[in-house]
Amino acid sequence: MMDVPNKLNLPSYKEQAPDVKARLDELKQQPVVIEVEKLVKEFPTEEGVRRILDQVSFNVHKREFMSIIGPSGCGKSTVIRMMACLEDITDGVILVDGSPVSEPGADRGMVFQKYTLFPWLTVMKNVMFGLEISGKSKFDAEREALQWLDIVGLEPYADLYPAQLSGGMQQRVAIARALANKPKVLLMDEPFGALDAQTRAKMQAYLLQIWEKIDITIIFITHDLDEAVYLSDRVLVLEANPGRVRELVEIPVSHPRSPDQFLSPEFLTTKIHLEELIHPSAEESQDEFEVVKMAATGVG
Amino acid sequence: MSTQEKWFRFGKNLSPKRQRGLTVASFMLPLILWSAISYVPFIWHPEVRISEVGDTIYFDVDDRIDIETFQLENQNMVEAGSVPMVGERVNPVYFPAPHEVTKALYSAFVTEPRRDGEPWFHESVAHSVRVVFWGFILSSIFGVPVGILCGVFNTFSKLTEPFVEFFRYFPAPVFGALAVAILGINDAPKVAIIFIGTFFQQVLVIANTTRTVDFSLVEAAQTLGAKPGRLLFKVVIPSVLPKLYMDMRILLGWAWTYLIVAEVVGTSTGISWFINQQAKYRMFENVYAAILVLGFIGLGTDMILGAIGRQLFAWEDGRRSAFSRLFRKTKPVAAEA
Repeated sequence: MMDVPNKLNLPSYKEQAPDVKARLDELKQQPVVIEVEKLVKEFPTEEGVRRILDQVSFNVHKREFMSIIGPSGCGKSTVIRMMACLEDITDGVILVDGSPVSEPGADRGMVFQKYTLFPWLTVMKNVMFGLEISGKSKFDAEREALQWLDIVGLEPYADLYPAQLSGGMQQRVAIARALANKPKVLLMDEPFGALDAQTRAKMQAYLLQIWEKIDITIIFITHDLDEAVYLSDRVLVLEANPGRVRELVEIPVSHPRSPDQFLSPEFLTTKIHLEELIHPSAEESQDEFEVVKMAATGVG
Repeated sequence: MSTQEKWFRFGKNLSPKRQRGLTVASFMLPLILWSAISYVPFIWHPEVRISEVGDTIYFDVDDRIDIETFQLENQNMVEAGSVPMVGERVNPVYFPAPHEVTKALYSAFVTEPRRDGEPWFHESVAHSVRVVFWGFILSSIFGVPVGILCGVFNTFSKLTEPFVEFFRYFPAPVFGALAVAILGINDAPKVAIIFIGTFFQQVLVIANTTRTVDFSLVEAAQTLGAKPGRLLFKVVIPSVLPKLYMDMRILLGWAWTYLIVAEVVGTSTGISWFINQQAKYRMFENVYAAILVLGFIGLGTDMILGAIGRQLFAWEDGRRSAFSRLFRKTKPVAAEA
């Protein structure tokens, strides 16, 4: 299995350049914001209890960008929805800043794959929604909402309704709306999954910019390996049936990230490794074919 | 384009011009049919209205008789050497012509009641509107909140809906006698009939509509810190409001259909009373006029509510409502990816 990367003379994904290693070491010194301990999710079916997640544990550090990937059915969306308390926890515990979570709250902002702007409110009022709940005066809420719209580059659109915006713009407003609450963590459940490839690339760049600009921890669900490698510090790989942690992969790609790095050896070797983790049962020859094709064309 | 356009295309809309044309036609076709039957003698006209009686002793001027009877009697009289009757072919009295009904639409309003103390036509109409209004308002005051709670909370739904589901199969008119016994013979039992006819449907319809709320909006609001009270009033209700509004328009139509039943409960009143009176006097053009007035009020109310709804819920297709355009200027914005 490993002779394919060798053929292409790729380094191991475990080799980290000094700057990358320093950065990751520093990250791991940061306090833990999210602690997931032995998380279990079961639900009853006609054949009996089905276990979706089995003893999933991992930590997310302050300022970290962590992606969670895995084959379909591995429960990656369930994990993030349990963090937001949109799903009940069967067993285990999720700690945010040391306290276990039990109900949804503004400290865990979320961006969904579906467009979830409130269609009866203007862009501005959407961003103000959480600010007003937190008890801010209308004046303060408006001022802060405009600042956040400025950060996502949509200030001129403040008075429009969601139906007047493109999908990418709606997701940027959704990000601004979640960030306006100053959450401890931003949970993103395949936020760009419904966008076309070009818009998605733009949104990835926007998200990296925002993440570098402000002090925020992000947990990001995706099934797009390029996206996971391009955006993340670390990638948590889950396996399916039941969902378990397979590996926590540190991304050896240096910062700041740019689309040029898609073809760099460390990017490719990481992506190949992730691919192998997600599809371990696939035929080797098939893997080889896929890998060579990806390496040759530079797309996945 | 107009010459190329096909009339029947599966699931596609016609041009606005054609749509308007067809809307006009949907009213014109029945009117043309009605006019043809009324004004073209050989289409129907099964009776003769006598203008000169001649020597007959059986009929008077202005009597309407079957054409066969008329011909037979005249034949008999001609054979006996008497002067035959003269008359013109007419439709039965219960089938007035368009112009007679049109005239009645005006004259019904200005004709004095036959007896002292009886209401004028406009008073009857107002009475009917009042009964429907109160029945519908009272039903909505209870039905809408209960329906929304059933749609949001399973506890409410399971506690309420099974019984409501059962109760709605009782036809509202069967409660007429009870309503009169309990509430007297005035308007109260009539309002009660409309309430019963509307309320139980309303709870179920509103509950079902509330359940169609896009739950991802509720989840998004929860992750923004919204608690149940705010979720209900700031997310669920605004989100389903356009559909609820549409439901209310349809339910108002149902309330109207119970009017005629309600109005004969206890003492007969309103438009139903007027219709029954006029039918007794054989003033059928007034009967049609009254029925048309019912239709006009219903359609007119619905069109006004529809127009208001389009402004209230302009956000559905990203328009700014006329109300808000009065107060705010929108910045012109260029489209962007």
